[in-house]
Amino acid sequence: MTDLSGIPTTIIPPEESKGRSLFQLAVIRFRRNYAAMAGCVVLLLITLFSFFGPYVISHKYDEVFPSYVNVPPSLEALPRADTLDGVMKGVADRARVELREFAVDGNTFTATIHADKAIDPRSTRYFDRANEFDNTQVTATEEDGKTLKLTGDVKREYFLFGTDQNGRDLMARVMLGGQISLTIGCLASLVSLFIGVIYGAISGYLGGRVDNVMMRLIEILYSLPFVFLVVVLVVFFGRSFILIFLVIGAVEWLDMARIVRGQTLALKRREFIGAAQALGLTDWQIIRRHIIPNTIGPVVIFVTVVVPKVILLESFLSFLGLGVQEPLTSWGALISAGADKMQSSPWYLIFPAIFFVVTLFSLNFIGDGLRDALDPKDR
Amino acid sequence: MDMQANVLSVRGLKVDFTTPDGDVKAVKGIDLDVKPGETLAVVGESGSGKSQTMMGIMGLLANNGRVTGSAKYRGQELIGLPLKGLNEVRGAKITMIFQEPMTSLDPLYTIGRQIAEPIVHHKGVSFKQAKVRVLELLKLVGIPDPERRINSYPHEMSGGQRQRVMIAMALANEPDLLIADEPTTALDVTIQAQILDLLRELQKRFGMAIVLITHDLGIVKHFADRVVVMRRGEVVERGDIEQIFEHPKEDYTRMLIDAVPSGAKEPPEDSAPIILEGRNVAVDFAIGGGFFTRATKLFRAVDGVTVRLKRGQTIGIVGESGSGKSTLGRALLRLLPSSGHYHFGDKNISNFDRSAMRPLRKELQLVFQDPYGSLSPRQTVGEIITEGLRIHEPQLSRAERDKRAIAALKEVGLDPAARNRYPHEFSGGQRQRIAIARAMILKPKVVILDEPTSALDRSVQGQVIELLRDLQEKHGLSYIFISHDLAVIKAMSDYVIVMKNGKIVEEGETEDIFDTPHNTYTKTLLAAAFDLE
Repeated sequence: MTDLSGIPTTIIPPEESKGRSLFQLAVIRFRRNYAAMAGCVVLLLITLFSFFGPYVISHKYDEVFPSYVNVPPSLEALPRADTLDGVMKGVADRARVELREFAVDGNTFTATIHADKAIDPRSTRYFDRANEFDNTQVTATEEDGKTLKLTGDVKREYFLFGTDQNGRDLMARVMLGGQISLTIGCLASLVSLFIGVIYGAISGYLGGRVDNVMMRLIEILYSLPFVFLVVVLVVFFGRSFILIFLVIGAVEWLDMARIVRGQTLALKRREFIGAAQALGLTDWQIIRRHIIPNTIGPVVIFVTVVVPKVILLESFLSFLGLGVQEPLTSWGALISAGADKMQSSPWYLIFPAIFFVVTLFSLNFIGDGLRDALDPKDR
Repeated sequence: MDMQANVLSVRGLKVDFTTPDGDVKAVKGIDLDVKPGETLAVVGESGSGKSQTMMGIMGLLANNGRVTGSAKYRGQELIGLPLKGLNEVRGAKITMIFQEPMTSLDPLYTIGRQIAEPIVHHKGVSFKQAKVRVLELLKLVGIPDPERRINSYPHEMSGGQRQRVMIAMALANEPDLLIADEPTTALDVTIQAQILDLLRELQKRFGMAIVLITHDLGIVKHFADRVVVMRRGEVVERGDIEQIFEHPKEDYTRMLIDAVPSGAKEPPEDSAPIILEGRNVAVDFAIGGGFFTRATKLFRAVDGVTVRLKRGQTIGIVGESGSGKSTLGRALLRLLPSSGHYHFGDKNISNFDRSAMRPLRKELQLVFQDPYGSLSPRQTVGEIITEGLRIHEPQLSRAERDKRAIAALKEVGLDPAARNRYPHEFSGGQRQRIAIARAMILKPKVVILDEPTSALDRSVQGQVIELLRDLQEKHGLSYIFISHDLAVIKAMSDYVIVMKNGKIVEEGETEDIFDTPHNTYTKTLLAAAFDLE
């Protein structure tokens, strides 16, 4: 009850000539909601981490570090100085030479190796082959090549999130998983949004027999077992990334269509729809200009619920082996892999789960904020 | 004045609402006294804070509301009273009835149980014991056959009966003070009269005081002892009925009293051609029916009605809710499947389907009752009023459309800058002007006005009626004016059709109908309307 509803004036106060739309008002209300804004910021950070992180870290998601299998997460660089001796011994054994001296100085090492026969200088490649050493060079040859003095760089790697049982950097995997989960979440939601809104609006607006047929079709689709449907589609079209979000979107739109239909049924009785009919608008014009824009509020809120749901669905599919396949991964796939090794290597589970949970939380906070901001009660 | 003599005494009551757009002061410190057994009317237009005052006293404000000041029930301070103490007073000593009888009853419980609820709560008896009292109350408020009706659910009752049930609930504990917040606004005039009579009779019997919140001065004059006039959260004037109505001191009060629509319309010349004709119009609504089954029942909303509208004429259609008057309006515009013969100008449009009607829509326009519902909330005013132009004159450029929008807004008395704003930024009267601009921009020949003033305050009603009359004169429009409000019909139309249950019960020149009604129903209708004279 603002001043406008007091004694009505025939002339509007000539303050600003541009009005604030309902959407702009919603944005203002949303900005005041700290939980929702925090959700937005966190979601943005996670998105940046997932999509730009890979350019910052040097490890690729499918790069295998045989020396660092199952390394727990740590802030220290690997390898640690005290383990290098053992590593070097192992390398020397593989090269079938005897290690006489070994010293590490900062990021370089020096080593003296000896063998009964002359050593082929090419055997330095044994040293390079280890993840820990790089650029090994022969600096001096003694005793007719039976003793070699080597120098080289010690490669130091950071595995903040640890590595998995194949020796891949878990951080790079989490980033890739985030890319795929978020992409599938958004794209599949958009697919469901697009189909669901149009289908629901048409069904609700036209009503009668059309509505009856369209809704029965949805019920039939609902009753099909989802997994079975996916298996059929995967077998039919082959396995691909695009197929996954199409499949998920194709299932999720059923809910969306029902929600939009319900909204439309309520909107249809509003007088502005009657006014549009009296103006002579065609059905499609009314749906496009009047019905769909007015369903946006509940639809946007529902999308924030669908995104996490889709991410979960994708992880379920990956778990069944129908989702993304190695070496690609998603948060869901990482979590299901981590759950197997929960007791021996808990970090497999912890890191993807943290990201997953934080993302879902943010999305829910955002959805909550949107619901308050786009309050359906009209002003 | 002795404070104990008053049932309710309010001093410096303020109600504030915290909104995202800053604090709104709904009530700005008012004083009120209610003496035992009297009827105090609180009058004001929408937004004057009259309801919020009572809600504040009863502790029923919305969550963002805050009430300060003092309100004493027989010397006991109510403001700031903890919930438990407040509940001993409200529902027992002070009770309330609301405007909307359709929504203020819980659809899940029988009315018997709902009436028993306050008795059980405040007297500590069982539902079984309360039943006797409930039957007594139902008899008291005039519900026929109370033994059977006690087990009815709210949806089985009509609006008037539900309001009676609400009154029974309010009376259950024999309160000292009954607050009636627009108790009859949602009801038809004949029912309104019955409910008010009932309240008066009950007041006489129990000697309770009534605070009547209303915007309708007609009711006030016939029903109240004293009046408090409120405007924008402040008391403008207070006094006895005679004093307020005969010698109002404030301009605002005078304006409210004079706001009753006045004037009359001259009928068009006899030679004026008939522009829209519907003969034997009948509309059926199917009830029930599913996917495989056909609708089993037909409900005949309009039953063989004939309407002939001459150029420049205004036909007023009067009737209570459910009489089929709105349905008839839509049928005449061919917006509903209906049977009958229809002519527009010299065209026979009886068999026109939707696409054939589309070019004619430009000339046959419709204005709705609810100015809040008839404008799409997501479009700017400019988009709303030019929408018809985009359909019917697609050759117009953007700039030309804008020019037409400016002209149309000026014509209905709005600032052209309004076209960049959204409907929610306007008041009810302004929105109704926008809705009229949307119809007028197409330069129609016939406009059907479906209760265009019913949702508006009296003072705004007058302005809208004035506007409609000006437009009619200027453009030679023909109106069909649908309303349940006899005063508005009298001011607007030169020919009146009285409808009941889908049939015409009486029709004729406005003067004849109002002065010498023949039909008994028309007589009841006229008698039930509270006039100010």
